Amino acid sequence: MTNYIIRRLLLVPVLLIGITLIIFGMLQLLGPVERSALYVVDFPRNDKQIEGLIRKYGLDDPFFVQYWRWLAGVEDPVTGERDGGILFGDFGYSRTASQDVIDIIKSRFPNTLDLALWTIYPMLSVGIWMGVKAAVNQNNIIDQAARIYSIIGTSFPTFVFGLLLLMLLYANNQWFLPGKMSPWVDQLIRSDEGFRQITHLLSIDALLNLRFDVFWDALRHMIMPIITLSYISWATFVRVTRSSMLETLRMDYVTTARSKGLKERDVINKHARPNAMLPVVTMMGSSIVGLLGGVVITETVFNYPGIGKAAADAAAQLDVVTILGLAIFTGFILILSNLVVDILYAFIDPRVRLS
Amino acid sequence: MTEMTTIPTGDNQLLNETQSDRKIGWLERFLGPDNYRIVTGLFKTPASIIGFILIFIFILIAIFAPMIAPPVGNDPMKIPRDGFSGEPQPPGSPWDKNVPEMPFWYKPLTGNEQWVHLLGTAQGQYDIFYGIIWGTRTAFQTGIIVVITTVVIGVILGSTAAYYGGWVDNLIMRITDIFMTLPYIMMALIFSSVLTPILGRSLLPPMIAMITFSWMGYARIIRSDILSIKERDFVLAAKASGVKNGRILFKHILPNAIFPTLVLASLGIGDVVLGFAALSFLGIGTEIGYADWGQVLSFARNWITSLNRYWYIVVYPGLTLTLFVMGWNLVGDAMRDVLDPRMRGKS
Repeated sequence: MTNYIIRRLLLVPVLLIGITLIIFGMLQLLGPVERSALYVVDFPRNDKQIEGLIRKYGLDDPFFVQYWRWLAGVEDPVTGERDGGILFGDFGYSRTASQDVIDIIKSRFPNTLDLALWTIYPMLSVGIWMGVKAAVNQNNIIDQAARIYSIIGTSFPTFVFGLLLLMLLYANNQWFLPGKMSPWVDQLIRSDEGFRQITHLLSIDALLNLRFDVFWDALRHMIMPIITLSYISWATFVRVTRSSMLETLRMDYVTTARSKGLKERDVINKHARPNAMLPVVTMMGSSIVGLLGGVVITETVFNYPGIGKAAADAAAQLDVVTILGLAIFTGFILILSNLVVDILYAFIDPRVRLS
Repeated sequence: MTEMTTIPTGDNQLLNETQSDRKIGWLERFLGPDNYRIVTGLFKTPASIIGFILIFIFILIAIFAPMIAPPVGNDPMKIPRDGFSGEPQPPGSPWDKNVPEMPFWYKPLTGNEQWVHLLGTAQGQYDIFYGIIWGTRTAFQTGIIVVITTVVIGVILGSTAAYYGGWVDNLIMRITDIFMTLPYIMMALIFSSVLTPILGRSLLPPMIAMITFSWMGYARIIRSDILSIKERDFVLAAKASGVKNGRILFKHILPNAIFPTLVLASLGIGDVVLGFAALSFLGIGTEIGYADWGQVLSFARNWITSLNRYWYIVVYPGLTLTLFVMGWNLVGDAMRDVLDPRMRGKS
């Protein structure tokens, strides 16, 4: 096991270098002049000054020199202060949002986490439950319904589904709301009326402060994104669970369990299902990781201020610095959460750690 | 299941059926038995037939777009606007300014003298019907180009990795892994917004971005396809007779390995169109007013408080996009069943 964990940890720097290289490479597609314009607030008009800027920031240096400077920043030889360097959390300054990219991340990422937290359970449980039901009832009406659902589900574009939800549940009767919180909640948080922000996840903070009205407001804003995200994942979970379960039900040990005279319910719940879960667990991992990386489309449709929405806004305004900063951050998050998922997976499936 | 358990009787009917006096058509001769099984399998289930019908209808719409919705002005891909007013107009409202030629089918079918906004207009008076019809062309164009390019990249990288093995394989597959870690839509979004200042607003930035972040799947599949064929006798024979590596790879191995992947890839057009629509929904890609489904849907983003009144800016383009993607998915699902050995003889 330790062996596996060490090997997996060694992969982390490789992934980090790979991802940063890809993202930095994208930036380098822009010419030095365009790149100098990205970082300077008042861009000079004449060519000489632009050239001065390019020389000052070394924008025409060799690729790897610039790459290193971008990663580690430049240390001032006199004061020892560090300027830039994404490894030290300096992702640049966002001009469209008028704040540092790291501050955007700090204010937006808790919202993405909040949404992910409430989505995980419905997303996983219902999809798997449907898949098992479909496999147990292979080829009868439940199975056919599940298959049709999974085809429709994978064909239904997220944003169309989201817009339809908005049409039915918000525009008609305002049952559920887009955005993150109602104005009164926003005021409450900004004022000093004793609403302590402990975790910065609104729903959790509301519970910790015993403010159930705030909690209900947070849920009302999150329900439509939760439904949308679950709905798309169910379609794939049903498919994977079903086929894995069908395969398991054909195994000899299931026949053995049946011939021992076990109840069909026990055969399925105790013997077949746990073994059919392995491919599903892999998928669970990647879906949870996907949620943490920010769900661009869902957050944008529902105006939910998470990392994904921030990226979409910056992209629509062609704010390259912000987008790349967010991309790097997302990359870091994904690498870390993939690491956790892989190690957990090795605990569950001995074949992984022995290979 | 019942017909599978037939016990051979004295007249040996079962044996006769598998004998070679079964007629072998030209198609089977051309494709070989394995590939032939795939192709016929695709036409067997009702789901895939519905899928084919949907795809076929969209092909017809794309081809006959100029007749279904006659273009206005020089660039048919620009959705004609009836004025500039912000508020969307409901289906059936009359067309006042900038009226296009009436299509030939309209009068006999409805008996109306005046051409109307069949499916309403979006914000800025862009005609939704026109956007949907001509958007079909955009969908096929982007889908086909992106799929072909990604498959070519996947084939080149996957086959090189599989054939040469060793460090080449290792390097290519690690690069593939790194690209796989990145979230697809987010990266495509980011890359196309970096490309837009360089290439200008057009179909190109999102297409290049999608290609850059979607070849990995094909590279993996083709690699494993080739690995399974590499050890066959005919490859050994070619090697023994001194054929060069490149020639063995492209003349002997690939043609034998690639067919299932090609079919699967061509069904990926649905997913590509879905991704492309998502990008242009987010405001990336073409100029505002370009005939493109995602673009038409993105108009709805400004009206979420009153979508119950302006339902038509979501429902019609959304339905079109969903049906298009569903057509490809239905066929793709049947294809997966045909290819999956566990499903052989089932359903």
